[in-house]
Amino acid sequence: MNVELRHIQKHFGKVHANNDIALNIPSGTIQGILGENGAGKSTLMKVLSGFIQADSGEILLDGKTVIIKSPADAIRYGVGMLHQDPLDFPPMRLLDNFLLGRAGGLFPDRKAAAKSIHDLSAQFDFSLDPEAYVDSLTVGERQQLEILRLLWLGARVLILDEPTTGISASQKDKLFETLRKLAKQGMTIIFVSHKLEDVAVLCHKVAVLTAGKLAGETAVPFDAKKLVEMMFGKEISLGARHSLKIGSTALELRDLAVEGARLRLSDINLDVHAGEVIGVAGMEGSGQAAFIRACSGLLRPVNGRVRVNDQDLTGKSYHVFKKHGVSFMPASRMEEGLVPGLTLTEHFILAEETQGLFIDRDKGNKLAEERIKSFNIRGAPASAVESLSGGNQQRALLALLQTPLSLVLLEHPTRGLDIESTIYIWSKLKERCQQGAAILFVSSDLEEILQYSDRVLVFFSGKVTPPLDAASLTTEKLGELIGGMGWTNLDSGKSA
Amino acid sequence: MKKNIWINVGFQAGALALALLITTLILVAAGAPPFKAYASILSGAFGSSNNLTAVLITWSPLLLTTAGVLITFAAGLWNIGVEGQMTLGAIFATWMLRMLQDTNLPPALIIVLGVLFGMFGGALWASLTGALKTFGGVNEIFGGLGLNFVSTALTIYLVFGPWKRPGVGSMSGTQPFDEKLWLPTLAKTGLSPWALGISILVVILVYLLLRGTYFGLRLKAVGKNMKSAFLLGIPTWQYSMFAFLLCGAFAGLAGAIQVTAVYHRLLPNISNGYGFLGLLVAMLINYQAFWVIPIAFFFAALNVGSVQLQILYKMDSSFAGVLQDLLVLFVLLGQGARQRLLGKE
Amino acid sequence: MNTILIGLAGVVAVAAPVLFAVIGETITERAGVINLSLNGSILLSAMGGFAVAYATNNLLLGFLAGMIIGALVAFVVAFSSITLHQSQVAVGFVLALASRDLAYFLGVPYMNTPGPTLPTWSIPLLKDIPLLGAVFFRSDAITYLSYVVVFLAWLWIFRTRPGLMLQGIGERPAAAFVRGANVNRMRYIYTVIGGAIGGLAGPAYTLSVKSGWMGTQTGLDGVGWIALSITIFGGWNPLRAAFGAYLFALLQWLGLVLQPSLPGIPSQVLQVAPFPLMILTLLLVNIGNAEWVERTLAAMPEPTRRFILKMLRALRASPPASLGVPFESE
Repeated sequence: MNVELRHIQKHFGKVHANNDIALNIPSGTIQGILGENGAGKSTLMKVLSGFIQADSGEILLDGKTVIIKSPADAIRYGVGMLHQDPLDFPPMRLLDNFLLGRAGGLFPDRKAAAKSIHDLSAQFDFSLDPEAYVDSLTVGERQQLEILRLLWLGARVLILDEPTTGISASQKDKLFETLRKLAKQGMTIIFVSHKLEDVAVLCHKVAVLTAGKLAGETAVPFDAKKLVEMMFGKEISLGARHSLKIGSTALELRDLAVEGARLRLSDINLDVHAGEVIGVAGMEGSGQAAFIRACSGLLRPVNGRVRVNDQDLTGKSYHVFKKHGVSFMPASRMEEGLVPGLTLTEHFILAEETQGLFIDRDKGNKLAEERIKSFNIRGAPASAVESLSGGNQQRALLALLQTPLSLVLLEHPTRGLDIESTIYIWSKLKERCQQGAAILFVSSDLEEILQYSDRVLVFFSGKVTPPLDAASLTTEKLGELIGGMGWTNLDSGKSA
Repeated sequence: MKKNIWINVGFQAGALALALLITTLILVAAGAPPFKAYASILSGAFGSSNNLTAVLITWSPLLLTTAGVLITFAAGLWNIGVEGQMTLGAIFATWMLRMLQDTNLPPALIIVLGVLFGMFGGALWASLTGALKTFGGVNEIFGGLGLNFVSTALTIYLVFGPWKRPGVGSMSGTQPFDEKLWLPTLAKTGLSPWALGISILVVILVYLLLRGTYFGLRLKAVGKNMKSAFLLGIPTWQYSMFAFLLCGAFAGLAGAIQVTAVYHRLLPNISNGYGFLGLLVAMLINYQAFWVIPIAFFFAALNVGSVQLQILYKMDSSFAGVLQDLLVLFVLLGQGARQRLLGKE
Repeated sequence: MNTILIGLAGVVAVAAPVLFAVIGETITERAGVINLSLNGSILLSAMGGFAVAYATNNLLLGFLAGMIIGALVAFVVAFSSITLHQSQVAVGFVLALASRDLAYFLGVPYMNTPGPTLPTWSIPLLKDIPLLGAVFFRSDAITYLSYVVVFLAWLWIFRTRPGLMLQGIGERPAAAFVRGANVNRMRYIYTVIGGAIGGLAGPAYTLSVKSGWMGTQTGLDGVGWIALSITIFGGWNPLRAAFGAYLFALLQWLGLVLQPSLPGIPSQVLQVAPFPLMILTLLLVNIGNAEWVERTLAAMPEPTRRFILKMLRALRASPPASLGVPFESE
């Protein structure tokens, strides 16, 4: 199906999220949409898939103007969208997920639907069991299910939002193969991403968005340098890597075994030294969450020892770890980091030592002002934390870290943040390293891992590599390891 | 800013007016002349010094239960079990008084011990709900409700069983205590200035606790986001538990006051709905401790005044409840309407 | 033997009001809304249903009035939570008190007046099934309706297309929205329908189980709270919920049967027996979710751990993931 967007405009309050965007995507094309977080990619795709309506502008499908009022409308016109976190129902069976939302009689024909799953699966070489529960699937398999479902509903345009985040390398290859096959059959594929390499490998043409505007379009073969220029205005570098002298052992893991939601990690041995940064890579759900929580006392290991600054803290609670200078910053800022409804000042007061029974509000405000300034937070002492932007919330969380600190554990420290905030946050973290703290962070961003780590742990479905020297790794090598390849003959590089 | 306050007041007034309108219609439907009915409530509450005394006597336990649930609300907990906690306060106070009434201890000491034991009983009962929630994952609403019913059964069992009056047990309660074990009252009024004074003091304490202390701020953090509060270093379940204990102690105090100052014995249904009423007052004042004193007084007046309705028009005194419930309901709806129409400020 | 069968038939009849309340609530909560007003709305529908049946001398109108009352109260819950974004717990609690007080206030003229009662209709053929016939099929129309409602609710939720969407709405409204559901409208509809079914509980009591309105002595106060806990015990599945309702009615009956052998315990005490049991069952259903259990289990030897984990998983009931969470489509 030919898709044409004309003069799409969308405002959110003062933010001009889409500014006069025009795109023409002929049938059978794989169109890449590149852009940073906040460039307007998601808004544009939400307009096309009926989630929101544009303030003005036109959508034409096969030359006819259509008005898409809801996602259900969109799929009736043949436009289906695959969301980054697949919008399915984890506690229900695959078959129920497949059927849910399809029109028809009171009692759905389950046999026919199961047969459709089998037939479509065979066509794309997927293996999906209709009777399995969705929460037993990997993200990659859930994507496959959604793709099949959208095709079954008659989609002829498929929008994919950051589909390669959180899936393995082999699942990514399979996804790309599927998309190429669909394009050959005349489907229109719109591939939204901020990953240059994915777009370069897959797409026929690419549109780059910056700050709500269409910065430019190019077709194959792509000039990577030019794409980067279009995305960022100029080529940027993230600042040079500089290793610090490492000090005493801040964290020592011996034969650690941890039980996560669905898998068990065992025999982990690691020494983390003061001033060192350890990156933890792996596709999401490979056990990193359980691992980092075990390092912070939030999860009790089933076996092995955890020592912090030569003190055995195995089985102790997070608050004991905290007293020994360990801090954990989780991925979900508003759910597990900040307290919505309380102000910045109140957060700083809570993070400080108590002095007496009554709170000195003036002192608290002064403290807040200081921190706001030194951490460059856009907000006032009396601002409620939920009113801050994501980047400023992350800065506030950093500003809440106690001093002195011997180990900082972070989950996705810069996810969803723009480049400026990312660089700022890492500069603050590096300051902590210079003051003698060790950092261990989980990230799904390979560049972030390679850029900032001294050593790297890679997780793959419950297995962990020995610590690898970051300087000896490349994105390709790391990507393979994350996908479960090249695990034989791993050398820890530097002795742990 | 200033404009917002007036809009706010406007919505509140609208909500109150609507609630009054509906209750008036209900009165009409029940066949009572509405204006006369309201007038009789007013005179029933303030018409004589006896009536006013009754209002003040009702005010005291209501202040205590409201102050208590403000603490649990701050911790994000729905302590519906406050009713049973008050009952246990009454039971424990009675228990202590029964044990010591024949000793030679000074009566004042016995009373103090009784009241303290009542507070302990309330806290103990609250700790059950808290433990069920913390260690058993049982929502405090269901745990608390179940324990409310159990506390009622326990009272009835005691009144008809082990503590029954000489002869035969009856709904009129246990044998009244000797007059020397009564909290002193103002001459010929039945109103104990001690009870009222302590209740007001507790409200002030709770106000200060929630407003200006580290404890209050941490409690609020726990109530608004348990996970974040834990990562900020607050021992969260201990704080929830402590909120339950404090609320239970205040509810227990209310129960003990009913025994030592008002009834001088244990009665079935001694909590008389003051726990639930405290929850209503807390909701009506949007959990702001500053307003407890006047609004609790108003609710106490409604409770006492509506008895007049029963006498004059043979109507059920649950009318006070209808009016109170609808006031809270419409204030909640009014808040929602304001947020929806004007957006959150 | 015969007395036991008659007793069990009584249990089935007494359970009917609870069944209606539990099934109504199950449907409402499946859509993601908690209707905490149940205890009050049952009392109000009991009083209103009786009053209408008494005034019109028409039993059908009495039941209809009960349904309308239940639906109206549920509508207020839906309106205040879905449209006005107020806390479902707060509004539900206030409504539970308001409807109860209203029932007692408006019910005064009908106190202790004899009114119409549903006649017994034995079902031909079925009534002659050994044992089962005497227990289940020599009752009245509303008891039979309670069986039908349980079965239909189960069929609707788990076997039909709209039922699938109902599950989806409570589980993950955003995903249901993408699949074409008007989430908030459906939540309104299911809350009101659930309220109407729950509204049958009142008249099922005052027009069948124990005829008449007796104010605070009616003996219905508390049934709504029990029904709310049975909904949890039932894991939001009508069949398991029905099992819970019968279990509680059975225990209550056993309490009455055993009373003569326990002199010195007033009957009021035995009547509250279900409440500690309710707490206990909630404890069993929920304890697997508690954090300390996980911690303790982690320290146990492997086989013991596996075994206990399995037991807890079997008992555990997980609510619809979005229960009580409002939905906004951007």
